[in-house]
Amino acid sequence: METLACPHCDLLQGIPPLPPGGTARCARCTSTIAARSTDPIDRPLAFTFAALFAFIVANTEPLMGLSAAGRHASTTIVNGAYEMWMQGQQITAFIVAFCAVIAPGGYIVFLLTVLLAVRRPPAPRWVGELLRWAAFMQPWSMVEVMILGILVALIKIAELALVDPGIGMYAVGALVVLFAAIGLTFDPGEAWKRIEWTDKRAQRAVTRESGRAETRP
Amino acid sequence: MTTATALRAGLVSCEACGLLSRAATATELGHCPRCGSELAWRRHESIQRTWALVIAAAICYIPANVLPVLTTTALGSTDSDTIMGGVVFLYTSGSWPLALAVLVASVMIPLGKLMALTYLLITVQRGVPGNGRDRTRLYRLVEVIGRWSMLDVFVDTFTVALVQLQPLMFVKPGPGVVFFAAVVVLTMLAAMSFDPRLIWDAGSTREGNHG
Repeated sequence: METLACPHCDLLQGIPPLPPGGTARCARCTSTIAARSTDPIDRPLAFTFAALFAFIVANTEPLMGLSAAGRHASTTIVNGAYEMWMQGQQITAFIVAFCAVIAPGGYIVFLLTVLLAVRRPPAPRWVGELLRWAAFMQPWSMVEVMILGILVALIKIAELALVDPGIGMYAVGALVVLFAAIGLTFDPGEAWKRIEWTDKRAQRAVTRESGRAETRP
Repeated sequence: MTTATALRAGLVSCEACGLLSRAATATELGHCPRCGSELAWRRHESIQRTWALVIAAAICYIPANVLPVLTTTALGSTDSDTIMGGVVFLYTSGSWPLALAVLVASVMIPLGKLMALTYLLITVQRGVPGNGRDRTRLYRLVEVIGRWSMLDVFVDTFTVALVQLQPLMFVKPGPGVVFFAAVVVLTMLAAMSFDPRLIWDAGSTREGNHG
C-alpha cells in the first residue's frame, strides 16, 4: 500500500499494489493517479529507440514536394521554420521550431538517457533532472498536430499545383504512433523509484520504514 | 465535510515526481527529498498568473482572427486569407472534413479554452463549492485539447515553405500568424499555471489558497 495525493484534487488515498496494466483513479475527482505497465522500462525503451530513428528521418527527408510549370520544390520541417524566419515571422518560426523539432527531439533524447540509466538501479541523481526535462518538453511536442497540419497544407496546395507527399511525412506519421506507444507503456513513477534521492538521509529513513511495514505480521 | 487532503494532513506532494512528503513548517516547504524540486502547497500565484495569461490570450485572439494569416500570389493576382478564410477555402474546395477540423482547432478550441479557464477562475475565486468533479474534468479537457489549436500555424508554415516559385506563384505569411501562435502558447501556459486543487479547496477551507 502506497499513500499518494491526487495531483488534481489533493485527496490522500492508499493505492494497493496494482496488477500489470492496471490503473488507479482518484475516488473524488476520477483523475488517473497511478498506472502500472506490464514492462515499464524495456518496452518504452524500444519504442524510444524507434522514435529516434523516425525523428532523424522526419527531419532530414522532405515532407512534401511541389511541381508547377516545369519547376520542382520541396520542404523539410526545419526549412518550414527557416522560411518563416526569412519572411519576417521570427517569433512564429521559433514557436514552430520548438514544437516540431526541439521539444520532440529533446523528449526523445532525455527519455532515452533516463530509460537506459534506470535499467540498473539506483540511477544517479542527474537522471532525475533529465526526467524532469523530458516532462517539461512533453506538452510542447506536437508531432500529432503537425501531421494533420501537413495533410491540410497538402490539400490546400493541391488546388494550386501538383503536390506529392515525401518520405519525411511518413516518418512523422510513424513518430506519432511511436509517441503514443511510449505514452502507453512508460510509467514515470517507476522510473522515479529507481533514481537516487537528493536527500539520502530521507531515502534511508523511508526505506527503513517501508521495510518495517513489509515485515510487520 | 472532513476530507483527508494532503494539505490538511500537513503533507505536500511533489508536482515533478509525485512523492508525498511531510512539510517541515507551514511556510517554508523547502525541496522535495527525492527529486529536489521546490515544493509548494499550491502552484505559485496560480489565480493571478492564470488571469494574466487568459487576458493576454483574449487580446491576441482578436488580431489573430481579423488579420490575414497567408497572402497568396498566383499568376499575378494576390489573395489574403484570414483563419476563417482558410476554413471557407477548404469547404468550397470540397474537403469539408478538413474544413471542420480547422474550424474546430482554430476557432472553437481557443475560444472554448478561454471560456473554460475564465469559468474555472471565477468559480474558484468566488469559492463556489460542489461540481468539483465536472470542473476538474473540464480542466483536464482544456489541458489535453489545447495543443490542437497549433494546427493552423503548421498549415501556414508548410504552405509558405513549399509554395515559393517566384515570380510565378508564392505564399507569404500574414501578420495574423504570430498572434494566433501567441494565443495557443498563452492559453497553454494559462492551463499550466492554473492549479485544479483550488477547485476542491473552496469546498473545505479558505486557508488552502496559498497560491
